[in-house]
Amino acid sequence: MTTAIPTLPDDTLGYRLKWTIHDYRAIVGQEFVHLYRQPANFAWQLGFPIVMVLLFVYVFGSAMDVTGQGAGVDYVAFAMPGMFAMTMAFGFMNTAWAVAEAKEKGFIDRVRSMPMASSAVVVGRNIADTLHAAVDLGVLAVIALIIGWRSDGTFLETLAAFGLLLWLRFALIWVGVWLGLLVKNVEQAGSLFAVAFPFGMISSVFTPPELMPDWLGTIAVWNPVSATATAVRELFGNPLPVGDAWPEQHAITAALIAPVLISAIFLPLAVRRFRNLGR
Amino acid sequence: MPTTTVEAEGLGKRYKDTTALEDFDLSVESGNVLGLLGPNGAGKTTTVRILTTLLRFDTGRARVAGHDIATQGRQVRRRIGLTGQQTAVDEMLTARQNLVLFGKLFRLTKAQARERAEVLLDQFGLSEAADRQAKKFSGGMKRRLDLAASMILAPQVLFLDEPTTGLDPAGRREVWDAVSGLAADGTTVLLTTHYLDEADRLCDRIVVIDHGRRVVEDTPAGLKRRMGADRLELVAADPADLDALRGILEPLADGEIAADETAGSVSAPVAEPVAALTTAATAIRDKRIEVADLGLRRPTLDEAFLELIDKEDRK
Repeated sequence: MTTAIPTLPDDTLGYRLKWTIHDYRAIVGQEFVHLYRQPANFAWQLGFPIVMVLLFVYVFGSAMDVTGQGAGVDYVAFAMPGMFAMTMAFGFMNTAWAVAEAKEKGFIDRVRSMPMASSAVVVGRNIADTLHAAVDLGVLAVIALIIGWRSDGTFLETLAAFGLLLWLRFALIWVGVWLGLLVKNVEQAGSLFAVAFPFGMISSVFTPPELMPDWLGTIAVWNPVSATATAVRELFGNPLPVGDAWPEQHAITAALIAPVLISAIFLPLAVRRFRNLGR
Repeated sequence: MPTTTVEAEGLGKRYKDTTALEDFDLSVESGNVLGLLGPNGAGKTTTVRILTTLLRFDTGRARVAGHDIATQGRQVRRRIGLTGQQTAVDEMLTARQNLVLFGKLFRLTKAQARERAEVLLDQFGLSEAADRQAKKFSGGMKRRLDLAASMILAPQVLFLDEPTTGLDPAGRREVWDAVSGLAADGTTVLLTTHYLDEADRLCDRIVVIDHGRRVVEDTPAGLKRRMGADRLELVAADPADLDALRGILEPLADGEIAADETAGSVSAPVAEPVAALTTAATAIRDKRIEVADLGLRRPTLDEAFLELIDKEDRK
């Protein structure tokens, strides 16, 4: 062999830290090549929320009276923040699918047999997914502007609203990683939609929980997706569902806390699941 | 003086109600190719996963490339390469992008990773396909790319888990050539396979494994001898001729004659296969017996395993 193979230096904390960051960057870079290579995939992922926007705003929206001023009034302003929150909520499916695929194809095993930080598969995934979600949000916001949605909040409030949306997405990544490692294969990861759908929909995304039967409304009110949807409506200055339950009265606080609770539960679960791959 | 690169003693691994590996010893000399040969579920993959630090084990100890797999996992991982059963390349990426990515993950600098990628593309005959996406590759090419990715740090030991399973004959040949090339360059290889011909072709030594236990270790030639002699089989076109065929086979047989009345066949192990075949053919022609088939049969791998395992049990 003609090329000299570099020898690796001994372990020191600094060395490990430096290379761990390097590993994360390599994995994130890989994700971006995917994005660039598969624009169609990316378009499909965005297709779903766009179809939902059209369905709800134009098909059902005309019959919805969310502001008490008559059917269809201000529905776009009510539904768009919900749509942003729902897209973030469904995002964990992409994470679960990507993790399940990496596991099934032996990519995770290969990485685990290499001298790199094996956490890079998970953390790199997390960073890439959050960036991906930011791009998703940007595209959705442009579509929302086209169909007439506006943020009446200040620049900082608007920015904070998008921050809260990404905050929810970030927490749900751990759910996605955990589920992706839990399922047997990619097909099973695909069928997780049965979980994602009610999670995203039984919320204040499209309809105020007050209009639902009591028991369902209670679930919807306490759904973290509702908290985020209501909080961003508040920040955007869009119409709010008029409820007096705690998460509705303190939506921004709830939208800050709920993702922390989700992470507190699912981050350890995901880490444990990853470690147990060796059992 | 030969040194051992892989040294395992008494490895054991239990899952809830099954024993995947029991009291398993293994040693691979530097520069050798060792084949773990066994049927599905024999414990081949478990062995590879334990030795590459992917799987914890319950009993025993092992050193790979001079380091303890239980306590020095990171040191071991720097010195090994693994190609698992699935091709773990990123199919969205081109061959070159894959090798650069893995180079970076093996912690080369960008420049080193690029340089190494070129060398490996050339070594594994992928230079022309370097800028095509891996998903457009044939099975054999994907496997070679996979091998190249495991060779980035020129590992002291390369682990190959069923390197040719699922490949067409052309793909198998490509992979065999690549592995032979690595072996000729002095890479120590531990591979698993359930193909006898593959083990025969690539390996210096073969360990037969079944039900998580080591059955026997030998050279390919020695193993073939243990697997019993070739059998001469004569199939009569008319079952009435069966006795006549038995008469021809009797003086040639080096063991008991087996007869299958319904198939109209008789067979027996023969000591000198080619001479026996010629003699039998001449006799059949002289006696004007019509035969449906006439030939030498090697025991299939399954038969060979059963026989080997039986022998071990009787000891």
